[in-house]
Formats: sequence, structure tokens, C-alpha cells
Amino acid sequence: MAQNYDYDLVVIGSGPGGYVAAIRASQLGLKAAIIEKDKPGGVCLNIGCIPSKALIHQAEVYSHIDELSSLGVTVDTKGFDYSKVFKKSRVAAEKLSKGVQFLLKKNGVEFISGHGTIVSQHEVSIDDEKKVSGKFLLVATGSRPKEIPGFEFDEKQVISSTGALMLEKLPSKMIILGAGYIGMEFAHIMNSFGVDVTVVEMLDQILPLSDAEAVDVLYKQFKKRGIKMLTGTKASGLTKNQKGVKLTVESPDGKKEELTGDILMVAVGRSPNTEDVGLDKVGVKTERGFVTVGDYYQTSVPGIYAIGDVTPSPLLAHVASKEGEIAVEHMAGKNPEKKLSPDLIPAAIYTEPQLASIGPTEEELKKQGQSYKKATFPYRGAGKSVAVGQPEGMVKILYREDTHEILAAHVAGANATELIHELLLAKRTELLPEDIAETVHAHPTLSEAVMEAARAAEGWAIHV
Amino acid sequence: MAEKILMTALSPTMEEGTIVAWKKKEGDNVDAGDVLCEVETDKATMDYEATQEGALLKILKPEGSSSRVGETIGIIGEEGEDIAGLLKEAEKESESGGRGEEEKQSAGEAPSAPPAPETAQGTDRSAAAPEAAKTAGDAPQPGAVRGGGAARGASGIVKASPLARKLADMKGIDLQAVTGTGPDGRVVKRDVEEFSPAAAASAGAAPVAQAMQDETIPVSSRRAVIARRLAESKFSAPHYYLKSSVDMRQVISARELLNKSLPKKASFNAFLMKFAAEAIKRHPVVNSSWQGESIRQFGSIDIGLAVDAGAGLITPVVKNCGNRGVVDIDRELGELIEKARNNALKPEEYTGATFTISNLGSFGVEEFTAIINPPGSAILAVGQTKKTPVVDGDELEIVPVMKMTLSCDHRVIDGAAGARFLSELRDMMENPARVLF
Repeated sequence: MAQNYDYDLVVIGSGPGGYVAAIRASQLGLKAAIIEKDKPGGVCLNIGCIPSKALIHQAEVYSHIDELSSLGVTVDTKGFDYSKVFKKSRVAAEKLSKGVQFLLKKNGVEFISGHGTIVSQHEVSIDDEKKVSGKFLLVATGSRPKEIPGFEFDEKQVISSTGALMLEKLPSKMIILGAGYIGMEFAHIMNSFGVDVTVVEMLDQILPLSDAEAVDVLYKQFKKRGIKMLTGTKASGLTKNQKGVKLTVESPDGKKEELTGDILMVAVGRSPNTEDVGLDKVGVKTERGFVTVGDYYQTSVPGIYAIGDVTPSPLLAHVASKEGEIAVEHMAGKNPEKKLSPDLIPAAIYTEPQLASIGPTEEELKKQGQSYKKATFPYRGAGKSVAVGQPEGMVKILYREDTHEILAAHVAGANATELIHELLLAKRTELLPEDIAETVHAHPTLSEAVMEAARAAEGWAIHV
Repeated sequence: MAEKILMTALSPTMEEGTIVAWKKKEGDNVDAGDVLCEVETDKATMDYEATQEGALLKILKPEGSSSRVGETIGIIGEEGEDIAGLLKEAEKESESGGRGEEEKQSAGEAPSAPPAPETAQGTDRSAAAPEAAKTAGDAPQPGAVRGGGAARGASGIVKASPLARKLADMKGIDLQAVTGTGPDGRVVKRDVEEFSPAAAASAGAAPVAQAMQDETIPVSSRRAVIARRLAESKFSAPHYYLKSSVDMRQVISARELLNKSLPKKASFNAFLMKFAAEAIKRHPVVNSSWQGESIRQFGSIDIGLAVDAGAGLITPVVKNCGNRGVVDIDRELGELIEKARNNALKPEEYTGATFTISNLGSFGVEEFTAIINPPGSAILAVGQTKKTPVVDGDELEIVPVMKMTLSCDHRVIDGAAGARFLSELRDMMENPARVLF
């Protein structure tokens, strides 16, 4: 097959899936190009993880001003200007987006600006103007906020996460529809800056995909902070006027109520960007909008791969990156490990307190009929949490009764998103709770709570 | 002051030894250098010489029992001394599968320090001694890594995740028998879950007499090592095979000629080794070893010959064959084989072959393929020399022909390199004068 292509690999989309894949390809000696219609770095860097974390950090700095007053320091917040917060988040995003551009260049990946559409098994057209060909094509076009009829985004009064990240002025009253992690992270940000926040969730738990017991830790703190959370509540109508928005909601007992606010944020999930990519033209199979992929992320068309949010795996940046690596290694004839196991993907929610998990929730284990045991340890038992004034939290390990294999772990509390990795490494390498239990942890650290939870699984937690 | 007598590594690969016979009884006086007991190691039965002086106060491991390296096998001291404390320690240590501090000391301080135990895969001769010594001094042996109870230590040095170990324990599966598919061959949960012991061979439906009962034959430590080493080689080294037939007329007459002038005839195997060494000199890539990140090309041509020593295979090694004559090689080979048959080979005499020859011609085997003997990367399997009709031009001739098969580790030796070596070897045997080239 002596066919000549412009590139070995053409990647469509330069988010954390696409750009990592392109760089990995170049490391493996493949000539790669990457097509991006917006800015390098995709949603994650530009209108997702990164700017939101910049906002969260500043929100936390701002909300902890109170701590200073207990030291007799009064901070004059008169000069507070949210547009500065916004600008800082943009600086972070731009810095990293440039960083991606630099990395691509350094690795010899060609960056092509424009909208890429697959026109044949080996060809992508760019803005319908020119075509590039590749031995392999990789679809990494990601996802966008899900829009629901009746609540369409105008990005002024009815905003998506993108609109929320682009706010230059704080609203005084905000309604958030959807209490998933995006909704709750913004509830956390806005509440920290003093915005009156109401979250409306149709299911009967905020963060409905997370472990109920762990979520309860967060729920109590959110409530204490004055975030209003209406669970089991349906939004049934929306009216907009110059003054703001009016949302009609229906509580579990059928009672209707009207909520008013300056703006409504709709955060009810994300939709894969699989429409404008030309997938149907070449016969790439999709299911409910998501691309069907094999063990190494091959689509139904030979030579075309798909990774990240366009596939049915969890919509997370770190998942997309890993999938990109696996797909490219497979193209290069390496023997990568197969598809990621969902139980080994950490989920992190950056509220305060934080929530981080691996594996199924306790409710899911019950549903699966899996026999399990549970060990929990409260943050309070680790001296450090008290010393730093964040004693609310817990580490929960779900393990098999017979072998003590770690099935899942949920950490709620300060730094949970960092603490989870010890448990994740243990699970992936098949360490047992006793291995963590017997490992000396530095004192005082929050990690001691992980050790103590593991000891609890072995029946000998000390500080409880 | 009473002291523990520890099982020490009597050979570089020894992980466990079986006490065949105690040469001293409890109460006997022992001088340093006295033989305390005989220990069957992985490859040979060896004398365990005392490094301490005193009275043998207690024998903890009876004849026939096996102990891991570092385990206490007895206690030595002054007569009448109180050894209750030491006994308790020893008991604890065997419970925890233990190799504790004491072992490190024994490996580091014993005056007549026996070759320190090799690391799990350590087969590289040149590095073995210093590295193993370092291992013994700095870190607990692989088997001791987990402090988690006898159940864990019992599986020896098999690389396995803690969960796989626990699962294997619960199911009564010997981890040694499980092939690991995790990182670097680690045994992981799914390996244990998917493991099924080979179905016991059915005796078939013999109508005449009832089949005999299945029999479980305990595996000697030598058998266990052979099994592990060869499996490791076959599963990790990608083998490929090259076959060639050799016209043996010239070798036979050369050997006859030479032997006429010798008081003792040189064996055919010695000739084979000499020819192989000469061919290796011209193709040194064959004399190399895969080291994971690099390839080690050995400076010395040390050729092992697979020998059937009754209780199992052993491969005595004749060192530096490249620079020795066939008579010299034959003399040493004879001595080594004699020792092998008496189970008296020293570890350094049967490990570290850079190239190996296996000759099954005497069994009437025409040709076969052999498994590479690490650290080498190639093994030559030699069949019988048999009169064969050979077409020479338009004539049919009857020629003594020997078939030989070279197994190569493809990671080190590519096909063409192996083929060049093999054809050189064949050409030399067909025309021994080539050795002069």
C-alpha cells in the first residue's frame, strides 16, 4: 500500500484529548496535524476546567477573608471588583492555551485553524476550502453544554457554563438549573462572592451521580453557607423580562412556585459534538450522538478513531487524554493497554468541601447485588483537619468482604481531590486496605484520614 | 552467647534448601568449618559448614524439611545456655515467613560468606556477585518484602499483587504455577481468577485393566528451578529456530586423526564446543544477553552442555572455550560431568553459560529444538549423526549427516545474524581447516 498522505495522523479538535494525542503521535514518530476551529486547548483550557479553577481559587481566597477577622484584621472589601476576578481567570486560560500551542510546535505538530469535516476515510476538509489527508484520523471534537427546549441559552439571562465563565459582573441573585458538578461548582463560586444562589435539581439528591453519604457531607456545608438547594424539583416554565428571569418549579409534592433571579444558569449535562464532523458521510457509527468505539477507540471505519467526550466514556479531560494516548499507540502498532476501566477513573468535584471518588457509589454496589463492606473515617479524627479549621469530611472505602479488594472509595472534605490518588493507586495495583493501613503516613496530614479509613477496614483505626 | 544457625544461600539462585541429613546431633561440639548438615539446593546437594563454634543446642529443622534462606535451622551456643528467647524468636520468624535482620547480618558478616543470594531474575554473571551482596545488605529479600503473615511469604519470590496473593491463598492456588499478565509479568487478580490447574491426565478407557490412580509427585527444588527458569526463558525470550544439516565426514576423520595421538580420546561434545567457540569468535553477537534496556556482549565464551544428571537437567559450563584447545576443553568437561553425576557441582560451575549445547544424538533423536538457557541468547540442539543418502551433483552418496537446530533469542540475535553463525559453524565442521581462517 504505497499510498501517500499529507500526514500520518490528522486530529480534529485540540482539547486535552486531541492535543495530547497529537503530541504522543509525534513522540512515536508519526507526522501529525491538528485542526481547531477555536483556540488551542479546547473547552478544558478555555471555557472549562482551567478558568473555572481560577475562579474557584479566587472565590476561596475571598470567602476566607472572614478568617482574618477572627485575628482582628479587618479587610476593606469595598474595592472588590469581580471583573478583575474574571480577567485573572482569562489570563490563566490564555497562558495555558499558548502553552498548548507551544507544546504542539515543539513537538512538530502542525496546527491548522479552521473547521474540520471528514469527507472520506482519509480526508478532512478545512472550512470547505482545502483538504488534508491522513493515514489515520482522530475525532476529538469534545462536547458542549446541553440545551433543553424552553430554556435555550441566550448567554445573557439564560447562560451555559460558558456564559457563566464569561460573566464580567456578578449577578445579585442567580438560579442554577441542575445540581451536577458543574452546577454545584458555580453555586460554590457565586455563593463565595456573596451571590444569592438557588439550585434546582430534578433528582432527589444534589450531585446525583455521587455517593449519597459523601454528598451529605457537602450538602450540610452548602446549606450552612446559605446555598439554597431544591431537590426533587422540576423546572416547568421560564419567562424573561428586563429585570431578570422567572422560573416556575414544581416541588415533589406537586406544589408550584416561582423563583426569580437576575440570571438562570442551565447545567444539565453536555452533548457530544458529533454533528458537524462528517461522521455520517463516511459511515462512522454513533449511538445517541456518541461515537461507538472498540477497545483501542477505533470507530466502525478502519483508520478513523474517536476519543474523549464524543465517546460514551465519562466526560472528563483526563479520560480524553488517556484515551488519546491509547488510540495513538494503537495506530503506531504499539501494544497499549485496552480501554480504560471506568472504576479506575477518578472523579473530582472542586467545591468546598471537595468530593473525589473512584469506582461505584454505595448505592450502585447495592443495586448490583455486590456484597461489600464499608469503612469510614471522619476528617475530624485527623488532627490536621482541626488545625486548619476544616474538620468536616470523611474518607469512605468500600471493599469486598472476603478478599478486602478495594471496590470504590469516596472522599469528601478539604483536599479530597488530592487524597483520592493514594486510594486509586492502591486499587489499580491491587493493594489491599492493610497495605495502606501499615504504611506510615506523615503527621499531621489529611492523608492520615486515608490511612485510618484503611485501618478501619482492617478493624484497628486508632483515632475514632 | 547462643546464636541462631540460619539457612544461607549455598548457590547464587538458591531461595530454599532441603536438609537432607544432619551431620551433627544435638549436644555435639561444632568447630567452624565442620559440616553441620547436607542441604539440597536448587541444583545440587551441598555441605553446610559451620561458621560458628560451640555446641549444637537445638535442631529446629528436621531432616527432609525445607527452609527458606534466612530461616533459623538450629541454635548453637555453650552447653546449658538458656535458649528459650531464641526459640521464641525462631518460632515467630517461621510464622511470619520471616527473613529478618539476622539474615542480613549473616549474609554480610559471615566470614566464609557463601555466594549471596541472587535477585529474582539475576542471571547476569558479571553483575551477580556485587549486586547480590548489595541486595543482601541493603534490602530484605523479595520474599520478605511483605510483612503480612505466613500466607504471604509462602509464595516465595513470585511477583504478585497483594490481592492476587490473598486470592490465591483463599483458593489454595500456588502462585508459582500462575502466569502473570500484569506489569512486568506481575500476577494480578484476573490471572488467579482465570487459573485452572491442568486437568489431570485421564488414563484413557483401557478395557483390560483398571487405570492406575493419579499420583502427586512432590517437586524437588532442582525440578522447581528448572521449571521456573525454562518457563521464564521460553515465555520472555522470543525464540526462533534455524536448522542445518552437516556433512560429518571431515569432523569424523579429523577427530580420529587427533585421537590417535592422544592417550585419552577427546569426546565428540568437546569438538562441538570447540567448533561452536570458533564460530562465536567470528559472530560474537551470539555470545550476548538481553538485559532489558541493553544487550551485554560477553567477553568470555563460556559454553554450557546440558547433561542428564538423573534427578534433573544440569548444565556444567566450560569457561573461556574461545581460548582453549579441544583437549583442554574435553578434560574439564569430563571433570564437570563427573561432578554433575555426583551432585557435587559448585554453583559457579553450572551457571552463567553464554552459549549452550544440548546433544540428544545418543538417544537416537534426529533433530529437536531446545529452550534457550539464560543468560545466553542461543542454544544449539544437536541430533544423531546418521548415514543419509545425499545427492552430490548427479551422484547419490551415502554421507554421515548431523542435523542441528539453533534456538535464538530474537531480541538479541536477528535471523540473518543467527543464520550467519550457523552457516559458519556448518562450514567449519565440513571443512575443519576453516578454523585457521
